[in-house]
Amino acid sequence: MQIDLRTVAIQPQRQAFDHLVRRFGDKPASRYQEGSYDIQAAENLHYKPTWAPENELYDASLTRIVMQDWYALKDPRQFYYSTYTLTRARQQETAEANFAFVESRGLADMLPDELRDVALKVLVPLRHAAWGANQHNTFICGYGYGTTFTQPCMYHAMDNLGIAQYLSRLGLLLGDTDALEAGKQAWLDDAAWQPLRRYVEDCLVLRDPFELFVAQNVALDGLLYPLVYERIVDEHLSVRGASAVAMLTQFMSDWFDETRKWVDAVLKVAAAESEHNRDVLQGWTRSWSARAASAMVPVVELALGAEADEAVGQQLAALTARIQKTGIPL
Amino acid sequence: MDMKVAKKKLGLKEKYRALTRDLGWDTTYQPKDAVFPYVGYEGIKIHDWDKWEDPFRLTMDAYWKYQAEKERKFYAIIDAHAQNNGHLNLTDARYLSALKIFLQAISPAEYASHKGFARTGREFPGVGTQVACQMQAIDEIRHAQTQIHAMSNYNRYYNGFHAFADTRDRIWYTSVARSFFDDAMSAGPFEFMIAIGFSFEYVLTNLLFVPFMSGAAYNGDMATVTFGFSAQSDEARHMTLGLECIKFMLEQDPDNLPIVQNWIDKWFWRGFRVLGLVSTMMDYMLPKRVMSWREAWDIYGVENGGALFKDLARYGIKPPKGWDDAEKAIDHMSHQFMLGLYQWSFGTAFHSWIPSEEDMNWLSAKYPDTFDKYYRPRWKHIKKLADAGTPFKNYGLAKLCQTCQLPTVFTEPDDPTLTCHRQSVYKGQKYHFCSDGCQHVFDNEPEKYVQAWLPMPQLFQEPINGDLGAWMEWVSLRDGKDNGDYAGSEDQRNFEAWRGLATTNQ
Repeated sequence: MQIDLRTVAIQPQRQAFDHLVRRFGDKPASRYQEGSYDIQAAENLHYKPTWAPENELYDASLTRIVMQDWYALKDPRQFYYSTYTLTRARQQETAEANFAFVESRGLADMLPDELRDVALKVLVPLRHAAWGANQHNTFICGYGYGTTFTQPCMYHAMDNLGIAQYLSRLGLLLGDTDALEAGKQAWLDDAAWQPLRRYVEDCLVLRDPFELFVAQNVALDGLLYPLVYERIVDEHLSVRGASAVAMLTQFMSDWFDETRKWVDAVLKVAAAESEHNRDVLQGWTRSWSARAASAMVPVVELALGAEADEAVGQQLAALTARIQKTGIPL
Repeated sequence: MDMKVAKKKLGLKEKYRALTRDLGWDTTYQPKDAVFPYVGYEGIKIHDWDKWEDPFRLTMDAYWKYQAEKERKFYAIIDAHAQNNGHLNLTDARYLSALKIFLQAISPAEYASHKGFARTGREFPGVGTQVACQMQAIDEIRHAQTQIHAMSNYNRYYNGFHAFADTRDRIWYTSVARSFFDDAMSAGPFEFMIAIGFSFEYVLTNLLFVPFMSGAAYNGDMATVTFGFSAQSDEARHMTLGLECIKFMLEQDPDNLPIVQNWIDKWFWRGFRVLGLVSTMMDYMLPKRVMSWREAWDIYGVENGGALFKDLARYGIKPPKGWDDAEKAIDHMSHQFMLGLYQWSFGTAFHSWIPSEEDMNWLSAKYPDTFDKYYRPRWKHIKKLADAGTPFKNYGLAKLCQTCQLPTVFTEPDDPTLTCHRQSVYKGQKYHFCSDGCQHVFDNEPEKYVQAWLPMPQLFQEPINGDLGAWMEWVSLRDGKDNGDYAGSEDQRNFEAWRGLATTNQ
């Protein structure tokens, strides 16, 4: 038998805040909507930035992408701070358990030397690339326009930092502080890493937030994550007996699967907005993914040797197909 | 037999360094000043970013874990609060005026802060500094969201909350807080840190948050207490960051001292003016009061602030220039401000009211030197007018200070019977100020402050052209519902009726 407890019933005066009623109709709003839509100041801004007096404090014209309404770029995951942190807290529990498992079973010491070597060589310098990604997403959040577009970039930036930290811990676990030092040296000096480092540094001087989104989150991540975590870690290392490495990088694999849905949704809406946007996005995705691909070849070579070209080529084709699906002709 | 080489054991500090500081590198494909273009123009000299002491050592995994725990608790409580009609536990719906001001003026400021810290989180060339700023950036969007979520349920039942995204940009009094944050964000990265990280978070935040959250607790507002408590541990990190930042600047180069001192003077006074709204809340808007504004100032301003500036004296920092004028204003400002709000209450999306006899007795006990002498007689006169059916409404528009954007309702520091008014002429135009402090701020940077958007002149421009009804529509103010005296308001009627339903058998 169901018993309904009786409570005092009083009639609400309204269902939602005015700006949400205007957008979504007169009905209760979700917490994602409340925490995301129209919460950035939009009018009557007081002063021009002293650091860029030709711009506005919040300035949609910093990018070549033009949107009638920047809030159209919503996040299909509907992440606001709470849902974001709860999701990552669960994932970090898994990551923690994985690290503990590898450590307690001594799995790191059981890795064949040549595979450990490959893992350290490929993964440890990537902590610096992840730091670069953190810089870029922090920039997009800071200078991009409209909360639905910029808020996930802040979360993304913190994820990039988290990934850089997991990679550092992996380096410490499979190697030692020496492994981190060697990784940094390679990042700074080894020929294999210079195209990628140049790519990241060139992005550090890009000040169009949407182009940066394409260069980092679409082009570079779109190649780097599948190549490193699927092609190298899963298909190359695990198969040869280094599945411990896959355990230590599970966070990255899961993260890429989740975040690419958001990245694709952003591209899709921006491309559907206008011919102009499609043209701009076509140019950007084309040139940045070509550059990212050639920067990835020598990195992939560290693990796959002569097969690197083919692996990168396949992944570039897959990325191209993925971008085309968002409505950008390539 | 293989000898297993023992790994070097890393201390906490070294481990944090490996996981954070060590991630960055000096770029060689792009010059440093192209990567960090905004870090030099303010004149602050930093020789060694590695000298930055990380104020807290939190890696992302720990951050996610702790923050998720706090989020779970917070939403569990506000869900329960909404489900159980928690709003009926308020001492009185008058209390909501304080929350309405908070949602319209402070929550948007949290968001501005989020954006500002995202920018400094990118623009500072030191990894330690960047990460600290980034964490504050993500915390600040948390605060904006938890506040909106906590107040969303009040919006369903009470007026004045519904249009916060419109009033933020258009109504006159929110311009006080927004101009403060716009001012900080339009400054360079170092000044931003002094403005928000140091002045607001360290010197002033206790004056805002402690009375506010205690006020909420005293008045039965579980939702607000919960976001306050939940934000507190974040605030502790933010305060440490602000203090570390100022010490870092001062330790790096002696030439930084005069620049920093100038910013401290400016941002103390800017902050003090914003807090005028808090004084009014504490002395007038809480049905059950926690302490007077004067008492709060003595604890959080004089004692804590005094200790802080004593600590900073070893760097050559002096207490802010406006400190003495602030002290002289403490016993007057809440009264002057509430009198202003009452007479312009036709134009506010919250209610004000005439204090009761009992309230006035409390005020005279708390302000023995000023209330009976200067302010009780005015309230009595206003009460007489209201009782006669001719309530005092001032349809003249307030003259706003060009800097702080408050109406110029304050008096001379040494003469409480004379309204303080200053003016400066810049490029042939006359600008008005409420105080010496605000005039100084303007005179130091006139080219910035002449740009200020002033809500009163806006009334006479497109699309309003002096029509009050058109203005109300433009700011989404519903006449007769959101504004005016609390006595006789819809909020009052509803609250009393609903509470009757909940507590009696009628």
